[in-house]
Amino acid sequence: MRLKSLILGAACAAALTSPGIPSTAWAQSLTAITGGRVLTGTSVIENGTVVIQNGRVVSVGTGGAPVGARIIDARGKVVSPGFVAVDSGLGGIEVSSVGGSDDLRNGANSISASFDVSYGLDPWSFTLPVARLGGITRAVVVPSHAGGGGGGGGHAHDDSDFAGVGHGGYQSPSLFAGQAAIIHLGPDLEGGGADILVKPRVAMVAPFGEAGAGIVGGARGAQFTQFKESLAEVRLYARNRGAYDRAGLRDLSLSRADLEALIPVANGTMPLIVTVRRAADIQQVLRLAREEGVRIILDGAEEGWLVAAQIAAANVPVLLNPLANLPGNLETRAARMQNATVLNAAGVVIAIKGNDGAHRVRETRYNAGNAVSHGLPYDAAIEAITVNPAKIFGMAGQFGELRAGAAADVVIWSGDPLEPLSNAETIFIGGAEQAPTSRQFLLRDRYRDGGEGALPPAYTR
Amino acid sequence: MRFHAMRGSSLAVLACILAGSLALSACATMGGDDDTPGPDGSSTADARTPLATGLDPATTLDPFPSTYRGLPRENMAIVGGTVFTGAGQKIENGVVIVTDGRVATVGDASTPVPGGYRVVDARGRFVTPGIIDVHSHLGVYPSPGVQGMSNGNEATNPNTAQVWAEHSLWPQDPGFNTARAGGVTTLQILPGSANLFGGRGVTVRNVPSVTMQGMKMPGAPYGVKMACGENPSRVYGGRNTSPATGMGNVAGYRAAFIAAREYKAKWDKWREDGEGSPPTRNLQLDTLVGVLDGSVLVQNHCYRADEMAVMIDIAKEFGYRITAFHHAIEAYKIAPLLAREGICADMWAGWWGFKMEALDAVEANAALVDAPSGSCAVIHSDDAELTQRLNQEAAAALAAGRRIGMTITEERAIGWITLNPARSLGIADQTGSLETGKRADVVIWSANPFSVYARADQVFIDGALTFDRANPAYQPLSDFELGQPGYGQAAATVPQGAR
Repeated sequence: MRLKSLILGAACAAALTSPGIPSTAWAQSLTAITGGRVLTGTSVIENGTVVIQNGRVVSVGTGGAPVGARIIDARGKVVSPGFVAVDSGLGGIEVSSVGGSDDLRNGANSISASFDVSYGLDPWSFTLPVARLGGITRAVVVPSHAGGGGGGGGHAHDDSDFAGVGHGGYQSPSLFAGQAAIIHLGPDLEGGGADILVKPRVAMVAPFGEAGAGIVGGARGAQFTQFKESLAEVRLYARNRGAYDRAGLRDLSLSRADLEALIPVANGTMPLIVTVRRAADIQQVLRLAREEGVRIILDGAEEGWLVAAQIAAANVPVLLNPLANLPGNLETRAARMQNATVLNAAGVVIAIKGNDGAHRVRETRYNAGNAVSHGLPYDAAIEAITVNPAKIFGMAGQFGELRAGAAADVVIWSGDPLEPLSNAETIFIGGAEQAPTSRQFLLRDRYRDGGEGALPPAYTR
Repeated sequence: MRFHAMRGSSLAVLACILAGSLALSACATMGGDDDTPGPDGSSTADARTPLATGLDPATTLDPFPSTYRGLPRENMAIVGGTVFTGAGQKIENGVVIVTDGRVATVGDASTPVPGGYRVVDARGRFVTPGIIDVHSHLGVYPSPGVQGMSNGNEATNPNTAQVWAEHSLWPQDPGFNTARAGGVTTLQILPGSANLFGGRGVTVRNVPSVTMQGMKMPGAPYGVKMACGENPSRVYGGRNTSPATGMGNVAGYRAAFIAAREYKAKWDKWREDGEGSPPTRNLQLDTLVGVLDGSVLVQNHCYRADEMAVMIDIAKEFGYRITAFHHAIEAYKIAPLLAREGICADMWAGWWGFKMEALDAVEANAALVDAPSGSCAVIHSDDAELTQRLNQEAAAALAAGRRIGMTITEERAIGWITLNPARSLGIADQTGSLETGKRADVVIWSANPFSVYARADQVFIDGALTFDRANPAYQPLSDFELGQPGYGQAAATVPQGAR
């Protein structure tokens, strides 16, 4: 089903200039998707036309299709940008219980902030097609961190977590869990250009609250002190690299690799994803960020609605799961379904997460729909899974939006994409049409007729 | 239910003599008192002295009896809505008449409304039976899931058939309220899956209650949680004890049912001839004997198709029935077998990949399982968040079936979260559909429940309003929720319901 032609020189050059387009972006013929209800990410165009070529969106509007274009009739359908997953583990983990397949969970003490998930990404991961069929075309892949996404996220499924630690039992060994990467979900597996990495090292991850305190010794006050001490070490190191290399600097608690990795955090150029839940902790983290000049992104923020105005005033974005409405522990006692609604109304830029690191990322669209049913305006819900995550991670205009020049990540839906009854029918990533299948679909089809034929199901491909 | 006729007095005397000093006092005080006829109508004038209180499993079948009475209710007619009966019918502009907490009539717009009935206007809305979640750990793994509150797994022995989830159930779990706001009116609360036999589950009415007994569904059969696969073998293998493998699991089930058969034979013999001491009551074996005699339903956590097929053979070896496979990820691979055996498959639509036995999940599982005649496809949660949205999970399963060209109506698919779960719990004669005579467990939805935007507006249990999204007076809070951060603050100016 892949529709590709030879890479054109122009497309190649364009791809190299933009981190929003995979370096393997392949050009393809001029395509116009016509007649659909187009959700651009920031607006809605009825009976719209989306034109793509050479991996990018050429135009979005109400005009006709260009001469010579392949026409895809989207009448009665909805056209959206591909959705952008945040706080995910896509491509970094296959089966949660199989440690060897989990490249998001790092137990090393000397490699913490410097842990870089981008090296462990697998374009052949069977998690990617499953998420893609949920309309996900790009993802921010984060290291496991307590209570958050990646391999350590989500629930203890089927009560198999007998330690009774509740949500997100994984505890990173260090204050810093490592660095996140951005991927696309359209690997060119057959063409040999399978790299899914869009941009490595886009953010640092650090758990706060109970999880963060637990790393240091149990108390929040200790963690904040150590955090400040760590940044002081980084700054000292950055000013005295030469002395450090000559062993002419006092002993530092972080490894050299970690010190290096933290320099962009300390100087405010790399955002720090802070997993934090309790309103009081959010206030403290906002203050810490202000005092230290660190740029932060709040992750989780279940009690964020209690301090929405402060988050908005600090111009700090939030990654959240709108389904989190139960007091899973004593730092989420104010969790409410309306968290997304309140934060958005206060002017906070929010991105809506999926339901675990990798396997249930496809449910991101349902999460957005549930936010709508609890008061979030529909347009804001679409933004929260398209333009907002792109903006939060420095990719505004490059993907997550149907507008001229953006990556041609386009999904044609049978109906409203936030509805479970709607299907993603046609999916383009970087202009390449994706096969609408997955390992799950192969299994499904194998047993479609009951699996009791004369030949065992194994003879069916 | 198991009843046993009383035995002859001469045998009872013999039993008293042989039973030792503890029983002797009972003989002295109770001998000859039991003049009541047995359930089979036989005279018990010559009955043997009963055992001391608590020692005879046959006389302690319901030691923690339900005190559920239902909330205040009134007779009513829900009119004008689109009714999914749960039993396969869809009625536009339907009328549901509720009398004394029971469904009296379900019909079209011509159905007369008796005088004096409150009329509930459901125009533009949808009416369904209350949702039933067959797999919940609310109360036993409650929110907050902190140290001291985690009571779902007695992971101390592979066979803990003697423990009952109801004795771990904390009724103040805020999750009951949020589940109700999602339309859930009945739940089975199960022990966890660390053990081959995790213990008995309990079926509850989802009403706020200070006690477990106040929620317990009267007359609902007990279930026993059994677990296949990775969980028991990981837990006990990790301790260098059996079971450490799938074959160890199977040896464990079989050994347990051998013991149960022997125990049952001892009681049967003692009841028959009264010779010797009565067997010592054993709570673990009581539960398993309940499985053998059909009074305790087997609720079997089992992911893989091949393991389900083995469990079916074990059931045949020992002469019991499996009521349901839970988390039946691979049920679609043996859908015709499950239908032939009359076993429900309780499934998710979207969960997968969290361990090897969850690898082959497909979203169309429920649709494929539903296809053969005689099937029983159920969507369940196992999760305090998912239980709030079982309607959406059913929608995802429905969409997956339709995607491969299956013709499945919404009025059929609603059965995956209503009537089929009632069958899976052995309570389909009581609830699960809007049919005459059943408990009036009813949800009025703001929109089609297969839409992500639908919210449960009103939830009735036994005809009583238990939740109203527009009326804070019917949005109960558990004790735990009082005075917590955010308490009393409206999060947003939208009808909140629960949390």
